[in-house]
Amino acid sequence: MADLTAKGVSCLMVRMRASGEQAESVAISDALAVERTLAGEREAYRVLVERHSQYVYRLAYRMTGNRQDAEEVVQEAFLRAYQKLAQFAGNANFGTWVYRIAANYAIDRLRQRKSEDSRREQPSRVAEGEPDTDPLSQVKDAGPSPERLAGSAQLAAKMKQALDTLTPAERTAIVMRHWDGCGIEEIAIVLKSNTSAAKNTVFRAVQKLRLALRPFAEPRGAARAVGTE
Amino acid sequence: MKHATEQELFAYRDGDAKGREAMAAHLKECAECRGELARLEEVFAALDAMSVPDPGEDYGARLWRQIAPRLPERRARWWEALFVPRHLAVAGAMAALVLAAFYYGERVGHDTSGGNGPVVAAASAEKVRERVLIVAVGDHLGKSEMVLVELSNAQPAESGKKLINISAEQKRAENLVEENRLYRQTAMEGGDTAMASTLDELERVLMDVANSPAEVTPAQFESIQKRIAQQGILLKVRVVRQELRTAETGRKTPVQEDSTKAKERNKV
Repeated sequence: MADLTAKGVSCLMVRMRASGEQAESVAISDALAVERTLAGEREAYRVLVERHSQYVYRLAYRMTGNRQDAEEVVQEAFLRAYQKLAQFAGNANFGTWVYRIAANYAIDRLRQRKSEDSRREQPSRVAEGEPDTDPLSQVKDAGPSPERLAGSAQLAAKMKQALDTLTPAERTAIVMRHWDGCGIEEIAIVLKSNTSAAKNTVFRAVQKLRLALRPFAEPRGAARAVGTE
Repeated sequence: MKHATEQELFAYRDGDAKGREAMAAHLKECAECRGELARLEEVFAALDAMSVPDPGEDYGARLWRQIAPRLPERRARWWEALFVPRHLAVAGAMAALVLAAFYYGERVGHDTSGGNGPVVAAASAEKVRERVLIVAVGDHLGKSEMVLVELSNAQPAESGKKLINISAEQKRAENLVEENRLYRQTAMEGGDTAMASTLDELERVLMDVANSPAEVTPAQFESIQKRIAQQGILLKVRVVRQELRTAETGRKTPVQEDSTKAKERNKV
């Protein structure tokens, strides 16, 4: 699991450490591949695609929730990265850069999907800034047992449904923060907001997911309202 | 005892340095807050229970096969070596001499100004290079203008069609994006920020077209037309083309424009 206390470390550095690769040598190799691509060697871009496809796919899958959309996001991200390669100018790590492009495209897709769903009068999902609703009001209850379900397929399915109720920004924020260990600054860049707003977005996402888990928690006293003494 | 808020517990769990020691001390004493923190942890444990299906070891290779046919072609042009920034300083002199021999021949080689042949050839080679650039950029702007004009003048609502196929314009826009990037970089390297800025704006509009779906509704088509109009890009392109034509016929340096021309363009 990514070390969430390492806020100053970019997502890519965390992933590279986890995969055992030397981040610096990869960055140098990536820079060379970028240069060769710009010089007209298409096969050089293949190196970049194959090297960075897996974790971009994981981001895309966690954001979209399904394989088909995830693959589309990844393809589009690498196509856009290719078209904008000259603008990349080697100032950042290529992996971080294409990750950011994928996150931006995925968030646009999520917003588009929500917009299409609301036009078709699908069961509404929580829109940006609207009052919260309990995600479980939209979840079919399959009669879960009252015991803790951590690690079970049923819990995973419930969490998937709960994630679908998050706004695109909230989903992006929790995916980047929890799974990819991205710093708040990185999240703010993708969300096109400031760090304070990005932090709040992550927190709102956690709050909503926690509501979704409430029926599955061990019986305790009545939930304490925030800030009570 | 004042309990921690949900947000404070989250911030603590998230690694916030602010108030950390005080929170740690409080958690030692407060079972209720420890319980709340544990419930918060359950959310993250539940997230960890969600796995991502493995796309397979060959995913990268499959992805490449899917996108490779869609990558815009990078046509190797005989002058491209001049514009690769990293190699410009080294290759420029040699390539310019080759160009001088190719283009000038009779016009330069027979200069009879008292034995200054090689000096004149080198200076003229630079002019040749500049002229090549003027012609190439002018040609590119002409093609871009045609695509934008065709899109701007179309009347999608009157066609009565539900979907409009713009794949041909898309393909042309994709190719133009490639060329545009090359010229924009060259303009930046040459210090012509005004030209680079116009080419940057043109590139954004071309990419908008290139990245649109191949078939669009009349409403989406009108949205593309609006974006072209809002940028004022057609007018800017025409102004630059005129300047380049003037530079070509007047044999002026193309990448250094006087301030009045720059102001004109910026006003647009």
